[in-house]
Amino acid sequence: MNKTKEKRRFIWICLAPATILFTVFMIIPTINVFWMSTLKWGGLSANKTFVGFNNFITAFQDMNFIHALQNTILIIAVVTVITMALAIIFASILVREKIKGQNFFRIIFYIPNILSVVVISSIFGAIYDSSNNGLLNSMISLFKPETWETIQFLGNQDIVLYAVIGALVWQAIGYYMVMYMASMSSIPEHLYESASLDGAGKFRQFFSITLPMIWDNIRTTLTFFVISTINISFLLVNALTSGGPDGASQTVLGYIYKQAYNNASYGYGMAIAAIVFIFSFVLSFILNKSTERDPIEL
Amino acid sequence: MKKKFDNVDRLYKVFIYVALITLAISIIVPVAWVFMASIKENKEFYSNPWALPAGFYFQNFINAFEKASMGSYFFNSVISTALALIILLVVSLPASYVLARYKFKGKRILNTLFMAGLFINVNYIVVPIFLMLMGWDDTLNISFFLDNIVVLAVVYASTAIPFTVYLLSSYFQTLPKAYEEAALIDGCGYFKTMIKVMIPMAKPSIVTVILFNFLAFWNEYIIALTLMSGSNRTLPVGLLALMQASRGKAEYGMMYAGLVIVMLPTLILYIMVQKKLTQGMTLGGLKD
Repeated sequence: MNKTKEKRRFIWICLAPATILFTVFMIIPTINVFWMSTLKWGGLSANKTFVGFNNFITAFQDMNFIHALQNTILIIAVVTVITMALAIIFASILVREKIKGQNFFRIIFYIPNILSVVVISSIFGAIYDSSNNGLLNSMISLFKPETWETIQFLGNQDIVLYAVIGALVWQAIGYYMVMYMASMSSIPEHLYESASLDGAGKFRQFFSITLPMIWDNIRTTLTFFVISTINISFLLVNALTSGGPDGASQTVLGYIYKQAYNNASYGYGMAIAAIVFIFSFVLSFILNKSTERDPIEL
Repeated sequence: MKKKFDNVDRLYKVFIYVALITLAISIIVPVAWVFMASIKENKEFYSNPWALPAGFYFQNFINAFEKASMGSYFFNSVISTALALIILLVVSLPASYVLARYKFKGKRILNTLFMAGLFINVNYIVVPIFLMLMGWDDTLNISFFLDNIVVLAVVYASTAIPFTVYLLSSYFQTLPKAYEEAALIDGCGYFKTMIKVMIPMAKPSIVTVILFNFLAFWNEYIIALTLMSGSNRTLPVGLLALMQASRGKAEYGMMYAGLVIVMLPTLILYIMVQKKLTQGMTLGGLKD
């Protein structure tokens, strides 16, 4: 009897601190996002009035929000396709081919992943610099010295989003490549041997063995990739362009910050947060369902 | 026929190397550029940007440390990262162990809750956290919770709990039960068994947790930007401010020096443990 009591006490003492911290700083704030989204709240003034779904209706009539949402969707689509394709291809090359310096490449490709988003945005600030000192501009001017006008990578509304996409691909590719390399190297070698005896070429082997064998891994990473792209694109854009010029690179999460801190309209900001939150879940659910394949029997 | 095939093969190989080297260069060059620029004098930035630095202009670093207060930001970053790691481990290790090993009422609910936490990203909840802390300050009529490095560390640790508990408890599940049973029979109490027997056995996963969360906490900027101000900034937030300031004043050298100060610790850590890091990630398979 005493023993079970002691055990119960031990269990709850172990669980309590983590549960309390997790509840206070994650669960309650998350609930608050949804609760606050139904309020008209001017921020510093304590005036909070319940307005139901009004904030949501406003959001879908707010062209700035729609624009930010479009930007985010474009970023997700392009970054996901490019990063995934390149990461899978590079991983399969590094695992399948006898490449000299394989380890070297792996180490280098992973570097962007250990850098702070602020560091990455400073680096890309230097790369995209519109003066002649900019890394890209000075490189291009080598080939076109006379008539060359520098490109405003971050100052041109038509280019800025692609500049952001370039930075996002740059920072994500190594991480996913290393991940796929790990799962590809566990594919049994005899599959490739028998395939090549049957006369299957490298491309055929890639599509018939490598891809199907790591499909489950691709599916999981795809779901997480979409969610993390929403987040990292915000962190990067916030540091690199703060959504400019004129909202051309604004992301949905960045728009929340603008509403919350510049306009102090917390209720409206949180309504948008709730929309994005639900949007990201629906999107990853759809991705998860649509990529479902029958498991492979070996 | 055979000869033609060989040529195609060779072409393919060349293409692969070109692609790999291009990608590698696109990563090495910008990073090396930052290091080089950090030791250039300001006037060197107006000539050829590809020129090597004329000398080792260490003054940039001194300026960054003193004028731009990167020194005190560095200190803040060290404190908040270390404190957050300690808090995280102290609360997560016992919880993960109990969740992995004991049966009790409410276990399923707790497990589900922590799993759900994996999907909550801090970017959504920073504003409510900020308002909550501000509310606490207002109700108690003090100014304690905002702009406090300890509170920042607690928030960091809390947001990392779901992932850490997930990782640690799946590791605890793989450990053999024999050791702790023996310890319990020998009259070791529950706490002693956990601290002396089980936690030391979980060392590999603890190292992974420390590595990933060190990088996460050290590099984090959005929570720190929201909760801290003035001299209490952390390094990434300080760098952000330095970046914005140097655009106007064209003090490039100092900015690049600041950049090196932020990324050097992570690079050194990476060089030391890169094998561990790239292996550890397959353990979790997740990223926030």
